[in-house]
Amino acid sequence: MARAALMDFDEALERFEPVIGLEVHVELNTRTKMFSSAPNPANDEFHGAEPNTLVAPVDMGLPGSLPAVNATAVRYSISLGLALGCGIAPSSRFARKNYFYPDLGKNYQISQYDEPIAFEGSVEVELENGRTFEVAIERAHMEEDAGKLTHVGSTGRIHGAEYSLVDYNRAGVPLVEIVTKPIVGAGADAPALARAYVATIRDIVLSLGISEARMERGNLRCDANVSLRPKGQEKFGTRTETKNVNSMRSVERAVRYEIQRQAAILADGGTITQETRHWHEDTGTTSPGRPKSDADDYRYFPEPDLLPVEPDPAVIEELRAALPEPPAARRRRLKAEWGFTDLEFQDVANGGLLNEVAATVDAGASPAAARKWWTGELTRIANAQGADPAGLAEPAHVAELAALVDEGILTDRLARQVLEGVVAGEGSPREIVDARGLAVVSDDGALISAIDEALAAQPDVLAKIRDGKVQAAGAVIGAVMKAMQGKADAARVRELVLERAAADS
Amino acid sequence: MSEISAEQVAHLANLARIALTEEEIEHLTTELGQIMQAVEKVSEVATPDVVPTSHPIPLHNPLREDVPTDVLSVEQALSGAPEHDGTRFVVSAILGEEQ
Repeated sequence: MARAALMDFDEALERFEPVIGLEVHVELNTRTKMFSSAPNPANDEFHGAEPNTLVAPVDMGLPGSLPAVNATAVRYSISLGLALGCGIAPSSRFARKNYFYPDLGKNYQISQYDEPIAFEGSVEVELENGRTFEVAIERAHMEEDAGKLTHVGSTGRIHGAEYSLVDYNRAGVPLVEIVTKPIVGAGADAPALARAYVATIRDIVLSLGISEARMERGNLRCDANVSLRPKGQEKFGTRTETKNVNSMRSVERAVRYEIQRQAAILADGGTITQETRHWHEDTGTTSPGRPKSDADDYRYFPEPDLLPVEPDPAVIEELRAALPEPPAARRRRLKAEWGFTDLEFQDVANGGLLNEVAATVDAGASPAAARKWWTGELTRIANAQGADPAGLAEPAHVAELAALVDEGILTDRLARQVLEGVVAGEGSPREIVDARGLAVVSDDGALISAIDEALAAQPDVLAKIRDGKVQAAGAVIGAVMKAMQGKADAARVRELVLERAAADS
Repeated sequence: MSEISAEQVAHLANLARIALTEEEIEHLTTELGQIMQAVEKVSEVATPDVVPTSHPIPLHNPLREDVPTDVLSVEQALSGAPEHDGTRFVVSAILGEEQ
């Protein structure tokens, strides 16, 4: 594949204004599918099932089978719509989107077209650099996911495929597709905004508890539309749609790549082809897919097998009242409560550790201690293991560790050893302290005998201390700490060293 | 008066993955044109004050409780397939048309 010419990112932004539009598909974690009672593999309870073992006749489009709408999926969709600030349609209906591809056995996908359940909302999105944007939401509609195709061929890559294997477990998984209005004005922040928007959607669906939201499993997928227009031009340029970008980082990279690629073409006098493009994680590039079909080609029409959904207004109000705090508002509240500086807070938020720090504070730790352990030692261990720090330890254990340090039972150095034990699953910090015998020696008698021994071994140091050269005590403190195998409070040892040196004179 | 062209018929056939000969396209163009004209008569009575109807009966919301029930066995699921590998359906490679 020939590598596309790219324009330098900064130069591209001097000449063109990027306009982006994002479509995020959220797989709901209901127990059953959208239109059948087959178990839903997007729920952790059923994740990882063998191929074609979570399939009902409806999911395969077998003749005579009829869809029935999942009540919980409708409730979840309404909650999500409300969390996105959308209006909820008093009456919305399903439509058939007709296309012939073996990922759906029916030859159509049941979706919503002209009457989506939720419309016209907005979401506040905070970037990693602290800038905030209001992203306008066009609509959020209910639909079903398609089956999973595995292309098999000489190269194992899609372009060399000779045949495909179809697993219909995913066919019929409830989806909500959230579509933004064109996002204008982000400029050089457009790639970061795309990423932060997807992160915000993830935070929202997690706080609602309506999706497992694991991007690596495809629970959350993003299609990124990107177009450029020369600065000062009103009319939008021709857009491309990069499909199924499956990580936060890739969303940012894909938008950035398309800005650079399109800028190079436009600057060269070329035109952008309206098309879908595939994202390649390994090379960080996109390549052309099919030309974008017109909506007309899908020959949408109202789904005759289903009746309109008309939610009870009382239920909508009940769901509205139960909405969790919006992510941006929650961040502002936590930052104020914790008294963090911008940088301290970004350190936590950008590390994906807000929930962990909040839970650790709730378990009794000071915000400063919670931040220190999560963004410090736990993040270091996670980086070394190539893991996510968020999953490494229970917040309650981190809070317990902080308490042990506050009580003087552990020094920071010992606490780091205990934390390694916690990460290794050896139990709670107190259990590890007992099992490993790691507590600080607070028995002055044991310390004094070690100090006297060290002073006797280094008479020159003793002499210096007596001459008022207090900094010389460091050598004795070091020897004592070594003798105590690090299980002593260095500040207490220092006090005692000075005391003993004076006492013996 | 609605007209349908041979190009439109060929385009629809392509979308529906149906191979048509020139003669079939010509034949269908005439037939579909007649059907369009018949359906168009509806617009003579559909005045702007009539809301389009997608469902004739005023029913709504027959929702299903979110409780899993039995599914097909893999054998049952694959039983109608022309080709399978024991767990998955085998289909000829049609590439790059994911929706």
